[in-house]
Amino acid sequence: MSGSGKGVDDLLSSYDANGFYDELFGSASKPASHTEAVKDRLRQLDYDDLRRRASDAERELYNLGITFLVYSDAKAVDRILPFDVIPRIIAAKEWAHLEKGVQQRIAALNMFLHDIYHDQHVLKDGIIPAELVLGNANYRPQMQGITLPFKTYIHIAGVDLVRDHEGTFRVLEDNGRVPSGVSYVVENRHMMLRAFPDLMGDIGLRSVENYGAKLLEAMCEIAPPRPDVDTYDPQVVLLSPGAYNSAYFEHIFLAREMGVPLVEGRDLAVIDDKVYMKTTGGLRRVDSIYRRIGDDFLDPLAFNPDSMLGVPGIFEAYRKGNVALANAIGTGVADDKAVYAYVPRMIKYYLGEDAIIPNVDTHICREPDALQYTLDNLDKLVVKPVGEAGGYGITIGPRATKAELEECRAKLLEDPANYISQPMVPLSVCPTLTEEGIEPRHVDLRPFAITAKSTWVLPGGLTRVALKKGTLIVNSSQGGGSKDTWVLTEGGQTEPDPVADDSTDPFHTQSQSQSQSSSSQSQSQSQ
Amino acid sequence: MAALLARYAECIFWMARYMERAENLARILDVHETFARDSFGATNWLPILRLNADEKRFFELYPTATVKNVLNFYVLDQNNPTSIIAAIASARENARQLRPLISTEMWAHLNMFYNRLLALEPATDLAQHNIQRLCASIKEACQTHTGITEGTFFRDQGWYFYGLGRNLERADQATRLLDIKYHTLLPSPRDVGTPIDISQWNSLLRSAAGYHAFRRVYPRGMTPAAVAGFLLFNDNFPRSVLVCMREVDSLLNRLNSKYRLRRGTLPLERSDELLGNLANQTIESVISVGLHEYLDGLQINFAKLSNDIAQAFFLIDQPGTLSA
Repeated sequence: MSGSGKGVDDLLSSYDANGFYDELFGSASKPASHTEAVKDRLRQLDYDDLRRRASDAERELYNLGITFLVYSDAKAVDRILPFDVIPRIIAAKEWAHLEKGVQQRIAALNMFLHDIYHDQHVLKDGIIPAELVLGNANYRPQMQGITLPFKTYIHIAGVDLVRDHEGTFRVLEDNGRVPSGVSYVVENRHMMLRAFPDLMGDIGLRSVENYGAKLLEAMCEIAPPRPDVDTYDPQVVLLSPGAYNSAYFEHIFLAREMGVPLVEGRDLAVIDDKVYMKTTGGLRRVDSIYRRIGDDFLDPLAFNPDSMLGVPGIFEAYRKGNVALANAIGTGVADDKAVYAYVPRMIKYYLGEDAIIPNVDTHICREPDALQYTLDNLDKLVVKPVGEAGGYGITIGPRATKAELEECRAKLLEDPANYISQPMVPLSVCPTLTEEGIEPRHVDLRPFAITAKSTWVLPGGLTRVALKKGTLIVNSSQGGGSKDTWVLTEGGQTEPDPVADDSTDPFHTQSQSQSQSSSSQSQSQSQ
Repeated sequence: MAALLARYAECIFWMARYMERAENLARILDVHETFARDSFGATNWLPILRLNADEKRFFELYPTATVKNVLNFYVLDQNNPTSIIAAIASARENARQLRPLISTEMWAHLNMFYNRLLALEPATDLAQHNIQRLCASIKEACQTHTGITEGTFFRDQGWYFYGLGRNLERADQATRLLDIKYHTLLPSPRDVGTPIDISQWNSLLRSAAGYHAFRRVYPRGMTPAAVAGFLLFNDNFPRSVLVCMREVDSLLNRLNSKYRLRRGTLPLERSDELLGNLANQTIESVISVGLHEYLDGLQINFAKLSNDIAQAFFLIDQPGTLSA
């Protein structure tokens, strides 16, 4: 141990979660016993060493270009998503619960989407107000009557979870359009494996390696059948808005993990309602598209006519069943913040079950009682516009100034249907390396799920951390960072890497016996 | 056989060209500083500006062709599209698009190289006593790129387009190098054979890393014709126009036979013709017609070949090019 000699031990001993549920220590009534092994190892680290390794890790992320583009002063600048080296740890049992909850939620959301684009039972039975769905900007009437493979609409989902002061996970938001962040889950793990092998060895971690393989599998499962081809190996591509999109790194990452081309709109062409990509050898048929372009920009002929990013005619090819798209068009209505409030009822309606992961209590301001309650309790509630993403437009009552509250009140009265309100969830915290030492910072969790025939949930997910002291907004666009998320295995055994090669028999490995000889005579033997 | 996106092929081709261009420029600046002094020990930087016909643009930006100005113009000036930093920035932009395809190591190296150039300080790093160190480090970074690429880039179609870009650019740069030197060196016949003249030809060979190779072939003496012939037609020198074009032709041939790209014959026809012409040419006959005219003709042909490659492989907009 070198440096100032200050140990992580001292810092953890004086650590205080300020009454929030703590991801490493738990709470007084619910201490976290599953993190003992990691805590012990953390305590043995030298603080200066920890800091050094953390800054090395961030520099490496920058050099590797694991970055997102930020536009400032009309210039595009590469930024890394700040990375915190103290992991967030989830017990095996807790994860099994979350996994089931995510699967249940996605099953219900897919049934809901199929329903509203077909017979609309859920609306006729009065479970959800029809105008909330049919009047929603993200409801796509063009999708009515189109039946999708496995009736799956949300193939890739990122469900935002938070943990309250009692340690209960709750769903904060469903992301069923183009959820991002999964590349950081995998890259954060790689970073930890390089920088902290001593922290994670033999702890018993679930692997996050096979996300790409699972995604490709799903993309192939939904690819339309091609009776015209003998041995059908669907051509999958990832459709990106291009190198200047802020999530371009993730597009690269996923294309590489799947081993498929990353295409832009200009690389595709639609001829006779079939989709082709432009290759050096001419046009080549495309069967299945993981698109990272929003509905509006996908096809100027069907949606926003001004879009330069999309592919003219692709919707017609999709409608005719000549190409698969993931996610399906029109999923935005299911992750709407107002529709969110009805998801527990949706689960009951379609599956006859109670929601495994509860919602955060939500007041839908389009309902007069809820609006009144919201206006009366503005200083205690979080008010969110229903159409925004990325943490924009949110008013956090307890943190807002009087002027901000009045501005919020005016907006609510002007267009109540555009808002929901929720109690302020006291988000759990996790020890985080800051300028001031190791301090509690608020975190959330976004598990990723892939669905074609069935739903698979990546063990872990993206833990986002609000790096600014006291702030609750974890979005990367608002100064958030991320942490590696460790899901522990049941028996404490580390999962073998699915890509590890077990065919190598060490007894048959040849030793390095050939080398250059100093005598010119024997040189010919090694030719 | 995995298909290659036309846009990727174009990006690979140009990434390779820009890297090769940057390396050549670093070589020229490096050697010019040391070897191209006149009898008073001063270096004339004007010929360098003729390399890419840059004089007009240069004098719009700078009052005089001082060492400092020319170096800034060619190394760090982002407003000059023929500067090293502009070439590396373009290579990096292509690499950014290619990140799904190239190795992580290729990208990471190029990214760090570019960031290092961005951080250079004209006042110190371009100071005369540091210029050689800087040029050497740029040259080495380009060679590191080549090495990383050789060792990590997957050998499918992309590899062929990389080789095409690299060799076509190298051939083109060789003709430009020869052209400016020949321009400045030949016009005054009274200088031919003097020590200064020899040092100029030395410098020319050294910027192409060809001095020792030349000596192997011509242990005694050095004539302008022999140097020009060596850079154009030598069979074994890796930077000669003939060796580069032979590589281009062979890459196009293999690309066609291996991947059966339907329009690949178009560039191949031109490349065959060019190669045939180079292989049957002697420096004597070239000089008798006019070296400058000959080099000019080669550059035009390289541009046409580059255009043919683009037409055949990069521009796939026309219908009727369907394949399975």
